[in-house]
Amino acid sequence: MSSLIQGTSFTSEPDARGHFGPFGGRFVPETLVPALDELARRYEEARTDPEFLAEFDRHLQEYVGRPTPLTFAENLTNELGGAKIYLKREDLCHTGAHKINNTIGQILLARKMGKPRIIAETGAGQHGVATATVCAKFGYQCCVYMGAEDVKRQRLNVFRMQLLGAEVRPVESGTKTLKDATNEALRDWVTNVADTHYIIGSVVGPHPYPAMVRDFQSVIGRETRAQMIERTGRLPDVVLACVGGGSNAMGMFHPFVSDESVRLIGVEAAGDGIGTERHAATLSLGRPGVLHGSLTYLLQDVHGQIAEAHSVSAGLDYPGVGPEHSSLKDRGRAEYAAVNDEEALDALQWVSRREGILPALETAHAFAELRKLAPTMSPDQTIVVCFSGRGDKDVEAVAERLGGFQL
Amino acid sequence: MSRLQSCFDALHDRNEAALVVFVTAGDPFPGETWKVIKTIADAGADIIELGIPFSDPLADGPVIQASSMRALEAGVTPPSVLDDVRAARDAGVEVPIVLMGSWNPVMQFGMAEFAAAAASAGADATILTDLSPDEAEEWKVASTAEGLDTIFLIAPTSTQVRMDMVRPLAGGFIYCVSRTGITGMHDNVSNGIADLVENIRTNIPGVPVCVGFGISQPEHVRAVAQVADGAVVGSRIVQQLHETKSLDVLAETVASLKAATKR
Ligand SMILES: Cc1ncc(COP(=O)(O)O)c(C=O)c1O
Repeated sequence: MSSLIQGTSFTSEPDARGHFGPFGGRFVPETLVPALDELARRYEEARTDPEFLAEFDRHLQEYVGRPTPLTFAENLTNELGGAKIYLKREDLCHTGAHKINNTIGQILLARKMGKPRIIAETGAGQHGVATATVCAKFGYQCCVYMGAEDVKRQRLNVFRMQLLGAEVRPVESGTKTLKDATNEALRDWVTNVADTHYIIGSVVGPHPYPAMVRDFQSVIGRETRAQMIERTGRLPDVVLACVGGGSNAMGMFHPFVSDESVRLIGVEAAGDGIGTERHAATLSLGRPGVLHGSLTYLLQDVHGQIAEAHSVSAGLDYPGVGPEHSSLKDRGRAEYAAVNDEEALDALQWVSRREGILPALETAHAFAELRKLAPTMSPDQTIVVCFSGRGDKDVEAVAERLGGFQL
Repeated sequence: MSRLQSCFDALHDRNEAALVVFVTAGDPFPGETWKVIKTIADAGADIIELGIPFSDPLADGPVIQASSMRALEAGVTPPSVLDDVRAARDAGVEVPIVLMGSWNPVMQFGMAEFAAAAASAGADATILTDLSPDEAEEWKVASTAEGLDTIFLIAPTSTQVRMDMVRPLAGGFIYCVSRTGITGMHDNVSNGIADLVENIRTNIPGVPVCVGFGISQPEHVRAVAQVADGAVVGSRIVQQLHETKSLDVLAETVASLKAATKR
């Protein structure tokens, strides 16, 4: 059965103009609007085109390695002594994170649109790697914008992208992180829109990106839903995912949105702590505003200048969030928690030692929340954690935070 | 009649195009932007675009981005920009003043509140580069209530459908983006600009068309003046003002650009 046809039938949002309630929409310089119109039209065609869907599914199977397993986390479950814990293993996707589900979908669309050049932004480098990967496979020229600060934090992924044949352009403007890389990618797109497709890496940006990226990522939730029913005979009680831009969470949540019994919990990065000024807890502490083409919760000052986000995790270090999350929050359909750097670093080591799986720093945020939540639940209940990516890329950064390598 | 309309009428009678000059509020003289505005007006510019700095502008090139950052660091805010407009009016500046910026600062100020405050400070119109017409209906209503014109962008990529969408919302003038890309300086005026302006005039009749993005030299202004109602110069002025910090140099540059608008 085709992934996208199923994937898009879970909710009626967004409307034709890309609005999720009051959020989303399209706030971009006029030059880009025709390109967004074309993208929306091509995507509309593609998601009901059996050939496109079959090809998408085939690459997800043969190249990405889907379906990814659902792992029962026996040791975590026993230690926490509450709900049974399952892990949806997106870390086992080719390239080590969920990001490639989206880049496969978008490169196939770029091919339909006949655009030979690809650009992307990246924070942790995972989306950059996933984009460089599909560009290598499908024969595209690839340019990845990455904040100069993140280039330092995620050196390994910079070299990976270069090995894959991509050009990595460090961004020196603004705060030199994901927000600025996204600005620079959008400016490149405004300039080179005739021959360039912009592969956005999360459920952010102007319409149709938030809906399109969600649909490509919803394979996560769809597989999870089927696997949980097969394994436990029913739906999970809670699904838990970390939220940067929100694509792994949205991909996980989407197929469960109309299952009212399932609690959807997103976990943001609280950086130094939500009582401080250094955090990335956009939904917990932000206010609605417009950034990168859509209306959504943002970290900003009273005059609407975008604030700097802070997190040990480069992939969560973003002052915005996907507009559909803003809508899910305001409707009360999803809840959002925030955990700080220390808790995430702790959780990373804990999961590594107990389960023998090294999570990405982003993913570790979901586990820090899991530690608080699972003990409050009963053994006949279940939680699924979206294991969004593996932590190899973070080893150097974590070692630094923990006081260096000990040999 | 609005200030912008009488401005274009008078220019038409003199067979001149408008020289539109952009500067960022607060850069390089925080609190004394009115002097910059007055210098530009006295040197012959017909319309002034005053930039409201934003931390994350999508349509701006490196020169104006850097200028915005300096202004923000100097403490410029939307209320202080409106103070600059008021100070310029108090100093006797009569030319139309157009506020140019991104949507979020206006949204956070409050849509109706901003329209009222801008009009009462003496501004004539706004250009909000990321407020696409698709999202602009409420802003149009709020602006119209205060007699503020809403200026929209048309780009080389704009289709018939886009022009149809802009038509009922457009006021003041149409900002014709001369090339796909961001603001900045280029060596020449892009080809095809005459056709684009013609296309806009056919589809959005009765609204003057000014061409901007990439225009920096008198010969660019001269070329644009032959086909459009006005030419916008931004990055060159901003860069020069930053480097020289001289109002005399500014006045000379504006005068040389203005001379090129006579047909
Ligand atoms: C492993 C992993 N998880 C999560 C994220 C956060 O992105 P999103 O919220 O879009 O899933 C990233 C981003 O780089 C990531 O690499």
